[in-house]
Amino acid sequence: MFSYYLKLATISIRRNPILTALMILAIALGIGACMTTITVNYVMSSDPIPQKSDQLHYVQVDNWDPNNPANSDGSPPDQITYTEAINFMRDKKAFRQSAIASSSGVVNPPGAETKPFMSQIRIVYSDFFPMFEIPFLYGSGWPDSVDENKELVVVLSRQTNDQVFGGEDSVDRTLEILGREFRVVGVLDDYFPVPRFYDVTVGALNKPEDLYMPFSLKEELELSPNGNVNCWKSPEGEGFKAFLQSECINYQMWVELPTESDKREYEDYLYNYVTEQKALGRFPRPMNNRLPNVMEWMEDQQVVEDDAQILLWLSFMFLAVCLLNTIGLLLAKFVSRSAEIGLRRAVGASKQDLFIQHLVETGVIGIGGGVLGLLIALLGLEGIKMLYGDIPESLVQLDLTMMVVALVLALTASMLAGLYPTWRACSIAPASQLKSQ
Amino acid sequence: MNNLEIGPILRALMRNKVGAALIAIQIAFTMTIIVNAISIIQERDRLMARESGLDEANSFYIDSNGFTEDFNTQVSITEDLDRIRRLPGVISAVQTNAIPMSGSGWSMSLQIEPGAELDGTDAAVYMVDENGIETMDLELLAGENFSPTDVRWRLPSQSDWPDKAIITQAMAEALFPDLGWQQAVGKTIYIQSDEPIIISGIVDKLQAPWVGWSSLELSVLTPEHPLFGSARYLIRTEPGMLDRVMPNVEELLVSTNPDRIVRNLTSMEDRRVESYREHGAMITMLKLIMLVLTLVTALGIVGLASFSVNRRKKQIGIRRALGATQSAILRHFMVENFLISTIGVLLGAALAVGLNIVLVNQFSLTPIDWYLVPAGMITLWIVGQLAVYGPARRAATIPPATATRTV
Repeated sequence: MFSYYLKLATISIRRNPILTALMILAIALGIGACMTTITVNYVMSSDPIPQKSDQLHYVQVDNWDPNNPANSDGSPPDQITYTEAINFMRDKKAFRQSAIASSSGVVNPPGAETKPFMSQIRIVYSDFFPMFEIPFLYGSGWPDSVDENKELVVVLSRQTNDQVFGGEDSVDRTLEILGREFRVVGVLDDYFPVPRFYDVTVGALNKPEDLYMPFSLKEELELSPNGNVNCWKSPEGEGFKAFLQSECINYQMWVELPTESDKREYEDYLYNYVTEQKALGRFPRPMNNRLPNVMEWMEDQQVVEDDAQILLWLSFMFLAVCLLNTIGLLLAKFVSRSAEIGLRRAVGASKQDLFIQHLVETGVIGIGGGVLGLLIALLGLEGIKMLYGDIPESLVQLDLTMMVVALVLALTASMLAGLYPTWRACSIAPASQLKSQ
Repeated sequence: MNNLEIGPILRALMRNKVGAALIAIQIAFTMTIIVNAISIIQERDRLMARESGLDEANSFYIDSNGFTEDFNTQVSITEDLDRIRRLPGVISAVQTNAIPMSGSGWSMSLQIEPGAELDGTDAAVYMVDENGIETMDLELLAGENFSPTDVRWRLPSQSDWPDKAIITQAMAEALFPDLGWQQAVGKTIYIQSDEPIIISGIVDKLQAPWVGWSSLELSVLTPEHPLFGSARYLIRTEPGMLDRVMPNVEELLVSTNPDRIVRNLTSMEDRRVESYREHGAMITMLKLIMLVLTLVTALGIVGLASFSVNRRKKQIGIRRALGATQSAILRHFMVENFLISTIGVLLGAALAVGLNIVLVNQFSLTPIDWYLVPAGMITLWIVGQLAVYGPARRAATIPPATATRTV
């Protein structure tokens, strides 16, 4: 029976090709617009490290100005000072932990063919790599001893390794960075989390850095502070050391706390730590510690752009208009076929048969709209890439889930749109139509 | 009113309520989206139209990073500036820590009384020498420019400030709201709570580097050369010389000292496009949505009207046979569409304002200007009339003889 209905649907579609094309196009445009904006929103709000995002916590303590809160909503500063970074790493109260920060410096590759270039550097502790499960192509991160001994080691991004060493296994090779000889211990595989959750302070869609080196080199190499530096009072004294010891925030702190009780213990530790610091005359504001997990922190930092959300809303309204359009056209089409429906009813087709027959026809239109809509979404994402320029590739890619969502959305939407016209068509009394013949 | 035959048209409409309602709702939604999209576009256009204060068409910047141990940044800056300023086509050049619209720079809090407990006014800091004003195309409204002897070298971790500064007119107004801005010259202000600075001059307009910042017009110039390892030069050329001067400056920097990386050669016009890229993208997308949506709605009206004409062929024929003119038939469909559109745009006006209230609350957009609502209504009335004209024309050409045929 189904194949018979399919045949009827094709005949009906052929009879009104322009009208059908109009319906398919309307559904496709609606679906295309929605899928484009859903994809962008979905990627921006997706969990960048789903396997353990609820075990990774961002550490916030409030060292700010007694007269002015760091943020108008009363939340603590979004970064910590160098003093806290060093103290938290000394106490090591979590299962894994790493203070991190961004910096930059000149890389002078061996050989004359590659010119010196400016690189973005992330300074981290050894736990950084296992904690965030960062994939390695060659070698690995470094052991704790490197942090303690302040050894000059570096982990390269895959791109940097391609650029400097032509993609070879460069472990144990040396590389001149900031005028010093660094030993390569590892090369990362492709790694581009979206959002770049470990540091969203200067943009959640930024690329990961080119190089990773021990945080403990910060003081000795006087690594420049990149990203946001905020100070509520100026450093006491001159020089790099005074800057490090100041109340200026430029560092981020992550801890891995596998269980709820670990988290409570860490909260207690922070409470005691701030109490101690208060006794030393720091932390003039009320106790205000926070320990959000990855997704809570992303929410707090509003990593989904407002524009993406506005476009999402508008595209759903757009889809609504397209569906209203389809309902109207289907209604017109089915009602104009009253005579034929009357005839079929008269020769024995039940209401149910006709209902199914018309739903099949609607479904065919829906699937057509869904497939075309996917193509339009691909075009739309390509367009977004062109408009925004330098954005992560994963933001503008339709994955399998999204494709299924698109088809299901198109099918459901068109079926819903078809319900009323189908019902109208089925409730035509056969006699009234046959009379006029 | 009588020959518009609103009564019969309404009664005919009531026989196909659903079809009419569908079009009306479609028009309402379309209007909601269009009015709000235009409001957002207007807002973004206003943002993008703000001037940086620079001679953008004839300015560019470039960075120099010395990377060897014995690279002398101070000597290099002095020599570079000297050479760049002598290049043909260059009006003026300056080394600075920040560039308008570039997104990176310093802000400091300034206050008119000393004391850590007092609130200050945040301002962007531009460190420049005595050529800053000319390079940045600023107009000195009061006071005087820096003299070469005012300019000092600022070390990376130095935290004290020069004893004079030039501020923008907007900054003067923000600091001294009760005095006229002209009165600010010679006044002492405080940086870092209690370090005094004397205002030596006031310039017309210079934007802070962050285009999304709420105090975009508040800037301060301080007489110093920042020695931060990386040196950034802002260069202003004679009109029309930009394309020729840019590669010359890059070549000059590369060739005079191999121990450095020369990068980020960017014209201010490119910088502007880049800094406002997301706004530009949003505008393009909204325009596309508006266009496609209007088309979809118009095509929907065409489709439904065509069907309604086909269905009523016989009735139209009867009316023609009974003496209705072609224009009476045309008028029937036009008026019918106008009535449906009216319901649609009225509903649309309410929805547009409603959506706008949501957007204003959720995303702190600006409320729509009142005139957008009537403008949207008129637009959709016109779109409806244009869309229905084709089918209505065809209806009018249905011959009276149709009445005599049975099907």
